[in-house]
Amino acid sequence: MPRINSPAELEELRKGILSKRDPNKPCITLCSGSACHASGSEEVAASIEEEIKKQGLSAEVDFRKTGCHGFCERGPIIVIHPEGICYLQIEPKDVPEIISQTIKEKKVVERLLYTDPSTNEKIVHESEIPFYKNQERLVFGSNGNIDPKSIDDYLALGGYSALVKVLSQMTSEQVLEEVKKSNLRGRGGGGFPAGRKWEECRHAPGEIKYVIVNADEGDPGAYMDRSLLEGNPHSVLEGLTIGAYAIGSHEGYIYVRQEYPLAVENVGIAIKQAEEYGFLGENILGSGFDFTVKVHRGAGAFVSGESSALMTALEGRVGEPRPKYIHTAIKGVWDRPSNLNNVETWATVPLIINKGADWFAQFGTEGSKGTKIFSLVGKVNNTGLVEVPMGITLRDIIYKIGGGIRGGKKFKAVQTGGPSGGCIPEEQLDMKVDFDELSKAGSMMGSGGMIVMDEDTCMVDIARYFLDFLSDESCGKCVPCREGIRQMLKILANISEGKGKEGDIERLEELSEVTGDASLCALGRTAPNPVLSTIRYFRDEYEAHIKEKRCPAYFCKELISYYIDPKKCQACMICLRQCPAEAIVGSKDQIHVIDQEKCTKCGTCFEVCPPRFGAVRRLSGEPVPSPVPEEARIIVRESKAK
Amino acid sequence: MSEILLQIDGREVKAEEGMTILEAAQSAGIYIPTLCHHEKLEPYGVCRICTVEVEIRGRTNLVAACVYTVEENLVVRTRSEKVDKIRKMLLELMLAHAPDSEQLQDLAGEYGADKDHFEKEPSFCILCGLCVRYCAEVKKKNAIGFVDRGARREISFIPEIASKECNSCKECFSLCPTSYLQAAFVLTESLAFSRDSSPTALKK
Amino acid sequence: MDNDKIDQIINKYQGDASALIQVLLGIQSENHWLSKEVLNKVSKELKVPLSRIQHVATFYKAFSLVPKGRHEIHICMGTACHIRGAPRVLDTIQDLIGIRPGETDLDLKFSLETVNCLGCCALGPVMEVDGKYHGKMAPAKVGEVLKNYD
Repeated sequence: MPRINSPAELEELRKGILSKRDPNKPCITLCSGSACHASGSEEVAASIEEEIKKQGLSAEVDFRKTGCHGFCERGPIIVIHPEGICYLQIEPKDVPEIISQTIKEKKVVERLLYTDPSTNEKIVHESEIPFYKNQERLVFGSNGNIDPKSIDDYLALGGYSALVKVLSQMTSEQVLEEVKKSNLRGRGGGGFPAGRKWEECRHAPGEIKYVIVNADEGDPGAYMDRSLLEGNPHSVLEGLTIGAYAIGSHEGYIYVRQEYPLAVENVGIAIKQAEEYGFLGENILGSGFDFTVKVHRGAGAFVSGESSALMTALEGRVGEPRPKYIHTAIKGVWDRPSNLNNVETWATVPLIINKGADWFAQFGTEGSKGTKIFSLVGKVNNTGLVEVPMGITLRDIIYKIGGGIRGGKKFKAVQTGGPSGGCIPEEQLDMKVDFDELSKAGSMMGSGGMIVMDEDTCMVDIARYFLDFLSDESCGKCVPCREGIRQMLKILANISEGKGKEGDIERLEELSEVTGDASLCALGRTAPNPVLSTIRYFRDEYEAHIKEKRCPAYFCKELISYYIDPKKCQACMICLRQCPAEAIVGSKDQIHVIDQEKCTKCGTCFEVCPPRFGAVRRLSGEPVPSPVPEEARIIVRESKAK
Repeated sequence: MSEILLQIDGREVKAEEGMTILEAAQSAGIYIPTLCHHEKLEPYGVCRICTVEVEIRGRTNLVAACVYTVEENLVVRTRSEKVDKIRKMLLELMLAHAPDSEQLQDLAGEYGADKDHFEKEPSFCILCGLCVRYCAEVKKKNAIGFVDRGARREISFIPEIASKECNSCKECFSLCPTSYLQAAFVLTESLAFSRDSSPTALKK
Repeated sequence: MDNDKIDQIINKYQGDASALIQVLLGIQSENHWLSKEVLNKVSKELKVPLSRIQHVATFYKAFSLVPKGRHEIHICMGTACHIRGAPRVLDTIQDLIGIRPGETDLDLKFSLETVNCLGCCALGPVMEVDGKYHGKMAPAKVGEVLKNYD
């Protein structure tokens, strides 16, 4: 790869790359993000490569393994260009037909298309599918067209043109002003204006400054950063370099959590390729600006994603937060000015530079400009990563894009902001999603996890789940967080196990106040949020658990029982065979009875009993009827042969 | 070092730039309770007992006095309904671990903290870190450190170092507010100091 | 424990103390655990107090101070998997193998660990064994999946 020494040389290179790419040549893109990988995209890829060779089409069709397309529910996904034909849930056995029908014959394979559940119509083009149509994929959209291991793919789409603009046409102050003007707020959770942070770091005393990418993405259920870093690492590198220029930093770090090996691999490849071309290193594009980037892996601790903790980890010490009264922008890594931003924040920067702050500001609301990538997961039909303009309603995200609640169940709440956030109930579904509206409702934007919950979700259990998570992840340094969470968890465990007492809710609120007020870092200060928000909107569930020892959602193991209705059981043996605890007695002539001593409350019998029988009932807050005596269990059936 | 003028409990206090609220208060003879603080050690800010209310630029915040650096025109309140509530509960949380600690009991009296408010926990350490930090920063031996995280966090002696250094030092022992440190040392000594860990060796 | 391999890893980071976590990650990946000898060696080579190394090795989930089993089971406990029934799947695994998260069974066959979000929420509940993902898990399926491993 030649070293590019000037903007003009980059344009030559780009022209060269584009000249070798015919936009009308068929190209098969296969989503190869981690989720599709888990669904078998590697086998599909092998099958595609083989089939292309077999059908003698190697010169006529390109094949590209790209980053995450976002529609994770329906992976593995193939999009065929230039038409934009989208095929979902592809298996290796579908490949020969795709190649011969669609590539060769230009015919669509109907059965692989998306079917609109309400109209039953088949949709051919990716852009028409409601999941995609209602999004605004400014930052994430390129994922579908880039092989993350190829910097040329990024260049072909116009990549690194923002860096050229910055280094050859703008001063560092101008870059800073543009980012400030855009009102870009941090996408990692805090929502702090990025431009102001950059400015503080730029003006902080000291020659050596650091810029850092926080790719520690620890919120359970959130994987946007992973998909961005895996699928389009250069967008992050470009943004980081532009930020370094604006701030006056020459050393960058990318802190990636250890649980993301593919992201570590792809970002490592991207850095090497960028260095080879000279987009990183000394005298970038002949501008005289030097900048190098190092990757630092995490080792499995959520709290190390907190900015001061992350910086401590970069120093090789245990990643525990420090009191942050002096901003890390002034005293960060090695006590030097350090600017830390989230992956998505950095990836948005090239866009702002290329299209301008005014263009960016046309998206979003007054206080929250631009778009946000959310991981829409849980009890929703179209699980995946969605990018929407700030200000879209929760209802539109969950129903228009998400396709509503799975299994036809009833919506109950949507949780945002991870363990620092809260649950938002049905009454607030028309909320316009942005930083401030979410905070007003008792939650927060957080990194973008959006967990949809239905009638089967127990809200007391959700509060317990998050506190459990935090108690495991708290660094344990300060008393209010370590001990406050410990005591709150005890109370919540008691409540969900049927040992709740009058006054427990008030005790939770008391502990929440002190933990929230006195903790050293944001983990402790926001730990009470899931508890407080579930009490705020679902107090009745808490009271049912405490006063009636009943779990309205039939979830809490100690408060529920499974019971086979002897009048409905047809002794079909399905539940008996599938019970993992072998707790069901019966035979093909004897109605089945659950041995309550052995039952582990896993719910399998409830799931597998044929709907036409519907014999398994869930009970809560009431005693289980005694089993029918053995003699009465014999089923007399009409004999089949007459 | 320029001079900073701030207000603590209604009194004007002159402090030096770079001082913490705690240092400024102490210099003016104003008392703020502490547990994890020691003048020979870097402030740690983890017990949070020194939490005070501060007002600056129209905003009120709760901060740890031992690590918050003073600012011009800062208004500090070392006692208030909020502050007292926090200190009371912090003490109750710690007393669940070490109900017999004299230091904790003294403070408990002042704030009306009830040592039986929370169910007792079997560990006596309040993780103030005085022992660990003293050994690292003053003696520079690192014979004791922390292990694990969250509620499982504990202090742990490094037997190889402790067996060589501690018996002739023990300067950290007097710092421990709960006396757990001494117990931990004795336990480590009997279980792990001897290189031969066979039952006969342990009996010695 | 291969001393040369360890030296190689340490030298990759030029003996820089701030690379402590990276060094330990490298060794953990090679040996599947961190023995006392290894910790002592790293302490000497990187000139970092053993107390700090011990804290790092126990603070982070990636490190194990005891040998792990032949097959590492990771069960995702992310929020999406949680509400789709991961706790029940975990219960079943625990009952079947007889160990809890963080433990290894006596034959050193299985090690069990919970992880917070593998990023495959569409497939939840997810169980990962030796890098292979098993999606849409249910208590009834656990036995089937695990009996393939010896």
